Amino acid sequence: MTALAHLGGAPTPTAPPGDRDATRGSYRLLPYLLLLPGAAWLFLFFTVPLLQLAAASLYDPAGSLSTGYALTWAFGNYPDALQAYWPQFGRSFLYAGVALVLALLMGYPLAYAIAQKAGRWKNLLLVCVVAPMFTSFLVRTLAWKTILSDNGWLVGLLRDVHLLGPDGRLLATPVAVVLGLTYNFLPFLVLPLYASLERLDARLLEAASDLYASPTQAFRRVTLPLSMPGLVAGTLLFFIPASGDYINAELLGTPNEYMIGNVIDSAFLVRLDYPQGAALSFLLMAAILAVVFVYLRRAGTEEVL
Amino acid sequence: MRQMGRDAGPAGDLRLADLTKRFGVFTAVDDLSLTVPQGSFFALLGASGCGKTTTLRMIAGLEEPTGGRVLLGDRDITRLRPYKRPVNTVFQSYALFPHLDIAENVAFGLRRRGIRAVRDEVTRMLSLVQLDGYGPRRPAQLSGGQQQRVALARALINHPQVLLLDEPLGALDLKLRRQMQIELKRIQTEVGITFLHVTHDQEEAMWMADTVAVMNAGRVEQLGAPADIYEYPATPFVANFLGQSNLVEAEATGLDGDDLLVTAHGSRFAVPVGRARSRHGRVWLGVRPEKLQLVADPGRVPDGRNAFRAVLTDICYAGVSTEFLLRTGWGQELSVFTANADPDPRLVPGAEVTAHWHPRHSFVLPRGGEHDVPAEETAEPVPDRLGAGT
Ligand SMILES: Nc1ncnc2c1ncn2[C@@H]1O[C@H](COP(=O)(O)OP(=O)(O)OP(=O)(O)O)[C@@H](O)[C@H]1O
Ligand SMILES: [Mg+2]
Repeated sequence: MTALAHLGGAPTPTAPPGDRDATRGSYRLLPYLLLLPGAAWLFLFFTVPLLQLAAASLYDPAGSLSTGYALTWAFGNYPDALQAYWPQFGRSFLYAGVALVLALLMGYPLAYAIAQKAGRWKNLLLVCVVAPMFTSFLVRTLAWKTILSDNGWLVGLLRDVHLLGPDGRLLATPVAVVLGLTYNFLPFLVLPLYASLERLDARLLEAASDLYASPTQAFRRVTLPLSMPGLVAGTLLFFIPASGDYINAELLGTPNEYMIGNVIDSAFLVRLDYPQGAALSFLLMAAILAVVFVYLRRAGTEEVL
Repeated sequence: MRQMGRDAGPAGDLRLADLTKRFGVFTAVDDLSLTVPQGSFFALLGASGCGKTTTLRMIAGLEEPTGGRVLLGDRDITRLRPYKRPVNTVFQSYALFPHLDIAENVAFGLRRRGIRAVRDEVTRMLSLVQLDGYGPRRPAQLSGGQQQRVALARALINHPQVLLLDEPLGALDLKLRRQMQIELKRIQTEVGITFLHVTHDQEEAMWMADTVAVMNAGRVEQLGAPADIYEYPATPFVANFLGQSNLVEAEATGLDGDDLLVTAHGSRFAVPVGRARSRHGRVWLGVRPEKLQLVADPGRVPDGRNAFRAVLTDICYAGVSTEFLLRTGWGQELSVFTANADPDPRLVPGAEVTAHWHPRHSFVLPRGGEHDVPAEETAEPVPDRLGAGT
């Protein structure tokens, strides 16, 4: 009866209370309909290229773009790539990790201040956090190149106070790359952290201090655990793109600071070694997935930090 | 009544001295001074928004006073950080930690003070508030009343010198509320902690507390034992906030022996001098509804009693008692409570009745300007069908 009422075009005024199944059929389909555009998009522009990339990583390494590639299931591409470029792998995670620590040290207090202490300045400060995004990533990194340049004010200042030797420099050092990474990805850490700190009920901190928790203990036992979701999300949003980044190392570093992103970039665009580039891409993905997996496992049990 | 707590050491009284809190131009607590004796059960009673929570927050250290001092014994704790005060709070909003289970919520205070073996104490506390076995749950999985009891356990477990309770039973149903009241009173007597209990339930305040302070607009209007305040309120506000009162505009006209004579709307009433807070000029004549007796026949009023005539307008049956609403000749609505035993069949709406009471049950309060007209008084004009009696 219910399906008929729907299809038959009979003017059914408002469905009687017991007539809930009338719409149940279409409700069941609704989620899938909503998923469809996104899923199709992902399939065409993510899954298909990913499979192509996977195939490319198993091409015969002897081939080239001009002679053509043959899919020879050359699994040896993987150990070969790893052997040739493990230092860049290590560097990627090292730089991203150090940048993450710096970003946490700056980003947590920043997010906390905006969420809990900023009052009516909250929205303005949030805009300030996001504002750099209005210029392109490349332009921002180029600006850092100027800031850190040998005759810039920063290097001059550091030389004057003897933190840098007379011909010490920042540009073209690991420090510059890490600073660039920290700066460029900081908003990705701050925004999710802000979101969870914003929801923190100040009355819980009052209750904690009423129950003998010093400010440090209240932070450790109440604020930190309650901001955990934002912290985990922000850390991932920071770490994943930072460890795959190549622009900071390219513009602010030298080949000695190159990260795995630079190697993949050159494999595809300079050396035109597609199998190697593809293999490195998959290795990077696998490594990041492994790191994220371990991290989430520990975060789930609130043991991170 | 119970003075044992005091002997435990006079050093433990909680004293508020000229405590004031302003938010901008708004004065939430106005020059409040009171002493809560050590080991007493002290109730702070007042309408919503009169500054009760603000007062507690200043005692707990969560709000900095604009002026005045908080003293615990001889110790000035006005500027002491909250986590250093031997004071715990049961918050009006519970403020349970959502990321901790119930057991850890209750253990929070003990753990912060470095006490490791908390299991037994937590179990004991949970069973005290009738939440045995709820330890592993999260606060979000509890009902409002259960959360409230967790908040109680979480504060009580610390055995503070002063326990501040901000409407700790507000979310409970009548039966559980009663049980918890008994339980709270028992705990208080047992452990001898000073309880400062905020409520706007006047029955709860009178039933539980040794001393009640009635607050209005940031000030204490009256402070004393529940029975003293109830029987002889100091202001019209107290007269109507703690229970109900019939307050009639009157003029004091002179003394007659030990009685003060007052005239109200053409009738004369006598009040013992000891129950008059003003002997001259404009006054309120007050009498509690349950002190009034109704008779249908004016001739049956005993000698020496105050009386007036009125029309019975409404009868509200409330189980243990019945409330009769009377319209007096001068158009005021007054109420009479009568225990429900052998109701007089002639007392029906529309009947002319006489209400009478013993002079010692009346009280007289000074009547200032228009501003202190008591809230209960309804002054709708009605046809003047009756002359004032007596
Ligand atoms: N932070 C604040 N800023 C401004 N005004 C405030 C603040 N806190 C409280 N007030 C005001 O102070 C007055 C007293 O508030 P308080 O919370 O002490 O009332 P209360 O007696 O506890 O009322 P209730 O019985 O409804 O809980 C109220 O009018 C309130 O609006
Ligand atoms: Mg309150």
